[in-house]
Amino acid sequence: MPRLEMRAKHPLAIRWCHWINFPLLAVMIWSGLWIYWANDVYRIGAGSHTLFKFFPEGFYTALGLKGHLAEGMAWHFFFMWFFALNGFVYVFYTILSGEWRYLVPNRHSFREAILVTLHDLHLYKGGLPARKFNGAQQIAYTSIILMGCGSLLTGLAIYKPTQFAWLAKVLGGYQAARFEHFWLTIGYVAFFAIHIAQVVRAGWNNFRAMVSGYELVEEGSRE
Amino acid sequence: MSESSKPKNPVAAGSPTPESPVQGAKAAETQPPERIAANAPAALGSVETGAGLGAAPKITEPNPNELARWNDQVLRRMRSQTRRSFVVGGAAILAGWAGWHWLHTRREDGGVSWPLRRALDVNEQLARDYFRSKRLAPDFHGKAPLEDRVNGDLGLEDPIDVEAWRLSVEGLAGRPEPLNLALDDIRKLPRVEMTTEFKCIEGWSAVMQWAGVRFTDFMAAYPPQTQSGDPLDIENSPEDLPPYVGMATPDSTYYVGLDMESMLHPQSLLAYEINGAPLSDEHGAPLRLVTPVKYGVKNLKRIGTIRYSRARPADYWAEEGYDWYIGL
Repeated sequence: MPRLEMRAKHPLAIRWCHWINFPLLAVMIWSGLWIYWANDVYRIGAGSHTLFKFFPEGFYTALGLKGHLAEGMAWHFFFMWFFALNGFVYVFYTILSGEWRYLVPNRHSFREAILVTLHDLHLYKGGLPARKFNGAQQIAYTSIILMGCGSLLTGLAIYKPTQFAWLAKVLGGYQAARFEHFWLTIGYVAFFAIHIAQVVRAGWNNFRAMVSGYELVEEGSRE
Repeated sequence: MSESSKPKNPVAAGSPTPESPVQGAKAAETQPPERIAANAPAALGSVETGAGLGAAPKITEPNPNELARWNDQVLRRMRSQTRRSFVVGGAAILAGWAGWHWLHTRREDGGVSWPLRRALDVNEQLARDYFRSKRLAPDFHGKAPLEDRVNGDLGLEDPIDVEAWRLSVEGLAGRPEPLNLALDDIRKLPRVEMTTEFKCIEGWSAVMQWAGVRFTDFMAAYPPQTQSGDPLDIENSPEDLPPYVGMATPDSTYYVGLDMESMLHPQSLLAYEINGAPLSDEHGAPLRLVTPVKYGVKNLKRIGTIRYSRARPADYWAEEGYDWYIGL
């Protein structure tokens, strides 16, 4: 019989930032859809052939997204502060606490991420490194922070394109910034889908650690 | 406090020694495995202190019963920790939901719940602090093809007779009654051209070329009543200007309010030409406002009235839930 122990995994600040971010990002995406609806020009396609339009009519109707531009802007420009603040707290905490060491990818991460992906697709049977975050996680969790920074910057460029004309220019122009802002949001949704799938796969002990901070491990294990 | 947080067991009560079932993540990860392994027997076995003072603790071999007891205790602690966390999480969800509900059920102020309106106002104050007239919108002259896009015909329903049209200016220095100006009076002022990206609040934008007069030149020619009553000095005492400008279509069905800083921006024009031709009716003939520091909704077409104002002028779309300022 192995000896069990509770091992502290996620610090309190990171857990709060993580969970607070969830509804904040949801509100930002929701109000963002209200805004986007007013000029919904993006699609996947080539030339005159459209594979997928963002978004189909039924999507707006089903979710009640039509005709809320003013409200969407009001909510977006209210919650943007909390979204940004929570992100700053998270980044500063990870830097000051040293947690960034587990989160930032290193030169092995990319190779490792490929192994993790192959492993998850059942194409690689070898063992994976037992660390707090593997290479794929490090890349994912660092990317999502960079995406957050991207959303703030592209958002600012759309919000004040004349006063921050330099920023809009760096981002490729006003419409480019809007395009980037949109695709970053699609990126969050994609991240969310994979994240949820991975959390379900990883199981209760892993999920519980994001709530309680502790995971249950066999003593001496490295993970 | 829940029962589990009491130190039921001296070992489990968070003692700093490796005997605690709760290991700090850092301690666990900085400790080489050998050390954990070496400590394991000590932690597993019971520690018996000798009867006499100063007697060294004697370590016994672990036995399955004790291991089971230990694991059972770890599981119980884990459960209570989890329970506590979920209770706190549940309370946070309830608090968040209550806040959300509160935000949704406040009185409306200009078509949006008042806390959101206050947030828009705070954003406005920050934006006005940051605003500088010297920050210009990029000029696309010769760099981008000119576009032509029209949206909105509020206040343009009636036909317009450009010859008979007069611009009424209210709030001029030493002039209690409005002054009526013809288009030629405006055309006499220095002509300025710019090719800027017109931005609609809906999200689209279009590069268009405009010709007209700077609002600052217009103000110099037809100076408003200053707050102090002194002669107008835009350069040296802009704060003495009336803080707002209101504009409306001749039929007054569409009206906008503008802050004076935005009107002092060198790209804020009273325009009479678009893309090299006189304004068409749908673009707001004979005279319209064009400024890249505001969304299109503030770029009033077919100006009938310009009013200098100490109070914040009414704004058509701000009454419908939009931000009053919407500065870009």
